[in-house]
Amino acid sequence: MPGPVSLTKGRRPPGKPDTRRRLVVIGNGMAGARAVEEILARGGAEQFTITMFGDEPYGNYNRIMLSHVLSGEESDADIFLNSLHWYQDNNITLHAGVRVERIDRFTKYVFANNGHVVPYDVLIIATGSQSFMPPMDGLYTPSGSIKPGVFTFRTIDDTRNMVEHAQYEDHYRAVVIGGGLLGLEAARGLQSHGIEVDVVHSGAHLMNAQMGPDGGAILRRSVEALGIRVHTGSRTTAVLGADRVTGVRLRDRPDIACDMVVVAAGIRPNVDLAVLSGLHVERATVVDDQLRVVDEDSIYAVGECVQHRGEVYGLVAPLWEQAAVLADHVTGADTTAAYLGSRTATKLKVAGVEVASMGLTGPERETDEHIVFSEPSRGVFKSIVIRDNKMVGATLLGDSRKVAYLTQAFDKGLPLPEERISLMFDLGGPAEEQGVAELSDDAQVCNCNGVSKKSLVDVVRGGCNTVAGAMDATRAGKGCGSCKLLVKQVVEWAADGSVEEDPAASYYVPGIPLDKASLMAAIRKQGLRSVSAVFAALAPGSAEDAKSKMGLASLMKMMLADQYIDERDARFINDRVHANIQRDGTFSVVPQMKGGVTSVQQLRRIADVAEKHNIPLIKLTGGQRIDLLGVPKEDLPQVWADLDMPSGYAYGKSFRTVKTCVGKDFCRYGTGDSTKLGIEIESQFQGIEAPAKLKLAVSGCPRNCAESLVKDVGVVAVEGGRWEIYVGGAAGAHIRKGDLLASVDDPEKVKVLTGRFMQYYRENANWLERTYSFVPRVGIDHIRAVVVDDAQGLAAGLDAAMQASVDSYVDPWTERDDPLTPGQFRTSLPLTVLPQVPVR
Amino acid sequence: MNAGYNLGPVDQVPFGEGRAFGVDGVQVAVFRLRDGSLRALSAVCPHKGGPIADGTIDQDLVLCPLHQNAFRLDTGCSTTGAEPLTSYDVQTDNHQNIILRMSAW
Ligand SMILES: Cc1cc2nc3c(=O)[nH]c(=O)nc-3n(C[C@H](O)[C@H](O)[C@H](O)COP(=O)(O)OP(=O)(O)OC[C@H]3O[C@@H](n4cnc5c(N)ncnc54)[C@H](O)[C@@H]3O)c2cc1C
Ligand code: SF4
Ligand code: FES
Repeated sequence: MPGPVSLTKGRRPPGKPDTRRRLVVIGNGMAGARAVEEILARGGAEQFTITMFGDEPYGNYNRIMLSHVLSGEESDADIFLNSLHWYQDNNITLHAGVRVERIDRFTKYVFANNGHVVPYDVLIIATGSQSFMPPMDGLYTPSGSIKPGVFTFRTIDDTRNMVEHAQYEDHYRAVVIGGGLLGLEAARGLQSHGIEVDVVHSGAHLMNAQMGPDGGAILRRSVEALGIRVHTGSRTTAVLGADRVTGVRLRDRPDIACDMVVVAAGIRPNVDLAVLSGLHVERATVVDDQLRVVDEDSIYAVGECVQHRGEVYGLVAPLWEQAAVLADHVTGADTTAAYLGSRTATKLKVAGVEVASMGLTGPERETDEHIVFSEPSRGVFKSIVIRDNKMVGATLLGDSRKVAYLTQAFDKGLPLPEERISLMFDLGGPAEEQGVAELSDDAQVCNCNGVSKKSLVDVVRGGCNTVAGAMDATRAGKGCGSCKLLVKQVVEWAADGSVEEDPAASYYVPGIPLDKASLMAAIRKQGLRSVSAVFAALAPGSAEDAKSKMGLASLMKMMLADQYIDERDARFINDRVHANIQRDGTFSVVPQMKGGVTSVQQLRRIADVAEKHNIPLIKLTGGQRIDLLGVPKEDLPQVWADLDMPSGYAYGKSFRTVKTCVGKDFCRYGTGDSTKLGIEIESQFQGIEAPAKLKLAVSGCPRNCAESLVKDVGVVAVEGGRWEIYVGGAAGAHIRKGDLLASVDDPEKVKVLTGRFMQYYRENANWLERTYSFVPRVGIDHIRAVVVDDAQGLAAGLDAAMQASVDSYVDPWTERDDPLTPGQFRTSLPLTVLPQVPVR
Repeated sequence: MNAGYNLGPVDQVPFGEGRAFGVDGVQVAVFRLRDGSLRALSAVCPHKGGPIADGTIDQDLVLCPLHQNAFRLDTGCSTTGAEPLTSYDVQTDNHQNIILRMSAW
């Protein structure tokens, strides 16, 4: 076994003082190493010299995989996350196999058990947990060491020792103390070495932390079917045997003979070091929302040794979140980042049984709904707890097909379908909801790009196991995006549980590792004004990224209005030539026609232009306008000049149209002047940029001839001179009725709230996130509070920002006389004949 | 080795964009990266014939505007599983003219 190693590399040449601050990390487990990775990702190597201490004599490994090492599915060499080389390559001094015994928080030194004394400017404690040893007789030998044959299940050494012991020829039988997740994993793992296993569990049912009694009973049947004996409601009082294990004694049942005992009865945070050093410790080391140890300026803590807002977590997902926030603060990358606690959802294969569990295991209040399905013979159990139409807990055993959807509903608090049973089963629902496993290989997952289940599965099997990676490789989900959830499910299914957390999922654009709020803050703080400046300042390695350009251009135009330096190459072709590219490389031209109202002159002009330019197809659009299709790029300036009308924005991620009905002046039913209001809204907000296109409508009465209920913003006149405003509706790839934002008595107020809502959406939505996703994600109550009630005092700012965009509006079609870049309208069409847009 | 085709002043291609040229009966898309260097690829997307010169680029890739297949600017190989584009040798001469050599490399 390797002894303590210390690696040091990258000492500066003598004479050059190192001005970097000293970062010391105690604990080289999953949280400590992750925190360092996050810090490095934020440019931490320039700010810090980094020293790490780890009690275990190794680099950093994936503790979760120990269950697989025990069962022999994985070799211990395969579970390392960062080998010793990683530390060298990143100039990290690692003291492996060295334990820190004391921190002097006044002089800022740490003292290690090998005599090392190391100063720090910033300290991170990530000491994790250790197995809890329940009190019982006969655990220790007279000399004070743990009796041979008794094991804990926590480290790579524990696991190796267990495997070695289990493989002795005369060892047949083991008792596992603890019937939680870890105990069952240990039991199953030992079985694969031909060992007979009994599990003794003090709780009334297995895995009582994750599920209720009914689920526990079914899990027990499944576990027993594997040949594992289960003793619930029972305690071990002693380990039997003089110098080696011969059995265990139970409180109220006969002794069980065995050759080894595995203790998996829970964990205890490692807090000795913190207590000894005078830090604030309760159940674990107490930290604030910045992961800073309470009352300390330069000491942070992360992982299982941490207590945050009263919670101590024993799973990795929360510590990933903690590490990111910690790194934001330590490096100063985002000093506003805050960790607000994690909602833990566990999805595991425990002893070969699929288990998913999140939130409550059963109803707690009288008004809680509890939906249970139980099919013991197949080992299937499903339970869902609902409070106020939100899912607050779920347990799934033996069938986790709905888990992706349920986890989402739980995490985001999505409103639930009225037919609760559809939460558990697929009742002939649309394709997205079908069990992924049941889809045939050639089933089309992404309809826009024609990607089959098989092609997705193939890239995953080929080693690409992030959702975003699989989407990139196949272009699935890159069209209208409505299949993204299904794509995710397929990837998860194909990766069989080993999908990697994809940090990029929260980035606003893929090339810049920041979410929208942080990205906007960084742009403001550093005074960036162009897309290339953003790449230079914020992208890893200052590298440009084609996939990010359009999103950044749109965001910055929104933020900076006329202060934005417009670089044409950052735009998509549509926005470079202000027309919509068609499948044959020609463009379509749509002149503005506010509210769908036109005139004889306009119609005649359009007819003349169509005739003069031999427009192959003239078509009315869904947004009440006239589309001239099949215009070659080089003809665009002349077509616009001949039309001499403003652009109708049929191409951009921007405000597009306001559809209206005929309304009060003509319609027998109309109560409001929908046409007038629609025209006014369209005039006011024409052309403003947004994360995705915006389509609006105004109807003159609740008959809704303009289909206002399925628009991004839809307005409906109702009796009594009032107007109802709906937001987040859609009738495209998704169908959704908008949520009622407000009901007002004055068309002016409609315009104010419309603008304010759109600005809030512009500032907060993800790139390409339509309002039909944004509104349910953020919640209509919250949006109403901000936009209508001004509960956060943001209204004036939103109005002003929108006004700035409105004021900086210029009709892009005026570029016809004065192209902005050389060859802006030069053809890119191939000489070969392409499939033409058909002429009718 | 032939002397290559002179496609005229490099200023025809704005920084960060591409323009299409007909050369010897073939369409070639010439890109001028933000660092000023040039790349040349065949101009017709092998997927469904999209106009590659209208694509969005960075230092490494061009994205076809029709369905966003990505191609490496230096080799023409696709990173999204499409057939490759042909890549050509392209340079500027002393007079800042674009010189393209058609023998693929
Ligand atoms: C067998 C097993 C299976 C698991 N399966 C799952 C699962 O499926 N899903 C899941 O989410 N979680 C699982 N977990 C839990 C998960 O592994 C932990 O939540 C995670 O490892 C905690 O990370 P940490 O860095 O806080 O602690 P650790 O990973 O324990 O790291 C702490 C490190 O600090 C070192 N250390 C402690 N004190 C000192 C000191 N004074 N000086 C120097 N070094 C010190 C320790 O030696 C240790 O290496 C499993 C755990 C085990 C043991
Ligand atoms: S929505 Fe009402 S007012 Fe408008 S056209 Fe239809 S019926 Fe008439
Ligand atoms: S034509 Fe180029 S990606 Fe489809």
